[in-house]
Amino acid sequence: MDFEFSEEQLMIQQAARDYAQRELIQDVLERDEKAVFPEKHIKNLAELGFMGMMVDPEYGGSGMDTVSYVLAMEEISKIDAATSVIMSINNSLVCFGLDKFGNDEQKKKYLTPLASGEIIGAFLLSEPEAGSDATHQHTTAEDKGDYYLLNGTKNWISNANSASTYIVMAQTHPEKKHRGINAFIIEKNTPGISLGPHEDKMGMRSSDTHSVMFSDVKVPKENRIGADGFGFKFAMMVLEAGRIGIASQALGIASGALERATAYAKERKAFGTELANHQAIAFKLADMAVKIENARNLCLKAAWLKDNNKPITVASAMAKQYAADMAMEVTTEAVQIHGGYGYVKEYHVERLMREAKLTQIYEGTSEIQKIVISRDVLKD
Amino acid sequence: MSILVYTENWDGKFKKLSFELVSYAAAIAKEMDSSVTALSVGEVADDELNKLANYGASKVLKLEDNRFGSLDNKALSKAIAAAANKEGAKVVVFAHDNLGKALAPRVSVKLDAGLVSGATALPSSFDPFVIKKKVFTGKAFANVQINADIKVVTLSQNSFELAETAGTATIEAFDAAADDADFNTVVNETNKITGKVLLNDAEIVVSGGRGMKSGDNWGGLEELADLLGAGMACSRPVSDEGWRSHTEHVGQTGKIIAPNLYFAFGISGAIQHLGGVSSSKVIVAINKDPEAPIFEAADYGIVGDVFKVLPQLIDAVKAM
Amino acid sequence: MKILVLISNVPDTTTKVRFTGDNTSFDDAGVQWIINPWDELALTRAMELKEAGGVDKITVANVGEKTTEPTLRKALAVGADDAIRVDVPARDAYFVARQLAEVAKDYDLILAGIEASDYNGNAVGGMLAEMLDFNSVSAVSGISIDGDKFTVNREIDGGSQLLSITGPLVAIVQKGIAKEPRIPAMRGIMMARKKPLNVVAAVDAHEKTSYVNYELPAPKAACKMVDEENAKELITLLHEEAKVL
Repeated sequence: MDFEFSEEQLMIQQAARDYAQRELIQDVLERDEKAVFPEKHIKNLAELGFMGMMVDPEYGGSGMDTVSYVLAMEEISKIDAATSVIMSINNSLVCFGLDKFGNDEQKKKYLTPLASGEIIGAFLLSEPEAGSDATHQHTTAEDKGDYYLLNGTKNWISNANSASTYIVMAQTHPEKKHRGINAFIIEKNTPGISLGPHEDKMGMRSSDTHSVMFSDVKVPKENRIGADGFGFKFAMMVLEAGRIGIASQALGIASGALERATAYAKERKAFGTELANHQAIAFKLADMAVKIENARNLCLKAAWLKDNNKPITVASAMAKQYAADMAMEVTTEAVQIHGGYGYVKEYHVERLMREAKLTQIYEGTSEIQKIVISRDVLKD
Repeated sequence: MSILVYTENWDGKFKKLSFELVSYAAAIAKEMDSSVTALSVGEVADDELNKLANYGASKVLKLEDNRFGSLDNKALSKAIAAAANKEGAKVVVFAHDNLGKALAPRVSVKLDAGLVSGATALPSSFDPFVIKKKVFTGKAFANVQINADIKVVTLSQNSFELAETAGTATIEAFDAAADDADFNTVVNETNKITGKVLLNDAEIVVSGGRGMKSGDNWGGLEELADLLGAGMACSRPVSDEGWRSHTEHVGQTGKIIAPNLYFAFGISGAIQHLGGVSSSKVIVAINKDPEAPIFEAADYGIVGDVFKVLPQLIDAVKAM
Repeated sequence: MKILVLISNVPDTTTKVRFTGDNTSFDDAGVQWIINPWDELALTRAMELKEAGGVDKITVANVGEKTTEPTLRKALAVGADDAIRVDVPARDAYFVARQLAEVAKDYDLILAGIEASDYNGNAVGGMLAEMLDFNSVSAVSGISIDGDKFTVNREIDGGSQLLSITGPLVAIVQKGIAKEPRIPAMRGIMMARKKPLNVVAAVDAHEKTSYVNYELPAPKAACKMVDEENAKELITLLHEEAKVL
């Protein structure tokens, strides 16, 4: 076992920290309030290599490992989880899916601009009537011989407006149930695609979330990923890896909250001494630190398994469930430590608390993660 | 043997800083049973040069050679080293300002001397020669021993009191015998800051931070500075935003200043900022956040709205 | 044209400064080391000059033990082409300049930060220029290449100047030389290990100064608070109590 990070991993962590603390912090409150997409930041992060971190440089990526990705996600999320979710979707859903399951032509055409961050992608799975239960896709992809014809609606799609490339799951053979689902690469400007209104979210407000409607959208045959009927398996395997990204995001939200709460407790005085000298507060900080360290270890373990091509189903579910629920607890405590100041926007922790909530919901709710984990615990 | 002090002039005039240096050199000379020679480069009238005698210089070398006007570091260092050799200087004192910082290292190499830059006090001992200076950007002090026969020191501003004495000095023309080939600096343009108190000279500094909200809100600070004869400064975010010029940025990576009085308006007091101002004699902080770390470093503070406090201060100063 | 950027390895600027051994040495336990902020800006400017054309190579150099290599590799990740480490613990500014003088001879432009944020020496750049008999300009807040000359902005006491100066030149740079230090891109980070980092043996030299001991500033008395509604009182206090007005 080795708990040491490499010099490169530390440099990436520092680069992410520098960017977040120097640049993202500048306008994060304003972007949150006005729900403005961080276009400039995504462009800068792309230039630094953060948008396709784990993709081979041959396809425009940075060729880093998943451990580096966890470190970077934590640092970016400490300051701005709305930006890190854009990064996470592009890296661990879109790029990972194409890199692992796309054919060479698909990679050249779509992965290269995505991994270099020239364009960004979105992952379209959820539907109005199918969120956590992805086996029932109402969006249909009718096989018309030399193309597919897509119809249906996708919900809660992050990056929906800013993305140029979509990865869309749709049902081709309803009689085969989830084995009839396919995954497609679809360019957003294809005729027949329209967007619902910008969702006015509780948190992660500067990531753009919309529903996406498909009305007789023609998709070339060569844009199907994998063999006919591979879509559900594709989605599950991609989400499995994607959980590491969201787990690291939750970790970052929590450790950002702890950093702020610690600084505040050392500065703010009550009853003649700094808050940190009151055991009630000091112990809260201790509890937060232990939970964060647990989450960090779960994230890094899952990342290590992925880097070593070992099964990650259970490890990534554990990381995601624990980190998300932990982030909710820790950010709530951070607000509590700040007292009234914690409840106003200027002090950031209320925003972190709003952001934490989403990590328990998207890319598989905490309950779904527990299904995955419990099945493994109970297996014969 | 003597103590040589390099006294810079501004359009033929000396500043308080020049007299601080001479006073400091005189105090060293007293301990070392030596005398002070001041070196002045450029055209300075004899009655101005004589003012140096009032602080303890017994000899003034005047080097009037226009070629040195370009402040060519190489040529000027050579001339200063020649003067030091001629005078058998054991200690050479410079100001810890832009020019002193540029020349002292070169001169120290020429003289095979040891250098302490940014000294904040007289040597605490002369044998061995130990002198205090700031390290870690004001977060600590170090006592540094010079293990060379000749010592070169740059003195931090405002760290030594003027000490007037009745004295006269002999003024002697000094020819550095500089070669044209030594001068490689050509000045194409000089922008002097006029009508404003220079930050490094200022006894009082009025400084604004992010709490000023925008670059358009500096009128009140400027008015207060005008009334007090103060210099203007700002924190890093302000210069990064372009609200004020980076020449006004004080802090760890900007200017390090040590005025008698420092007003911090809407500056939270990050450790990097404090590094640049912590040597101020008195720090006053005005900030709406009672938890702002600036209050830890301040001597006087007001928790409140900068824009409410500022007009009251201006009125109070006017009424003084 | 070849540019050399001098790199000092210093404690992170937020480090809480402590001393050990009866205040005779800096306590580096748990300290995070970074590129001296002014050197980082110098490197950024060097990169900009290279991107503008006419610069063949940027080398970074440091005097220190192997533990300082991550700092040099960070400079390589940012974009320097190669690095030199003189393999000896840094002593005083004179000692460091002597070591650098051995490796700096062949460069047309040497960029040095105006000071290091640890010992605030303001010395290495100027000393090196003297040892190499190079021209030097200090307090430089802008530099560009103009044929075989350099155009330099320097701050003087009381203003600023625009200069033209011939090389080889040591430019001692300060704030303003570049807007912000560059964050290394991942491609740069991956390439850093493949770039040459040449370890050079030290030459015999003696330091001219030694640090006897350190002191921390005396703790400050509590801040005296004045009411917001009665701000005038502050001026009275400054006048009558502190006697600074």
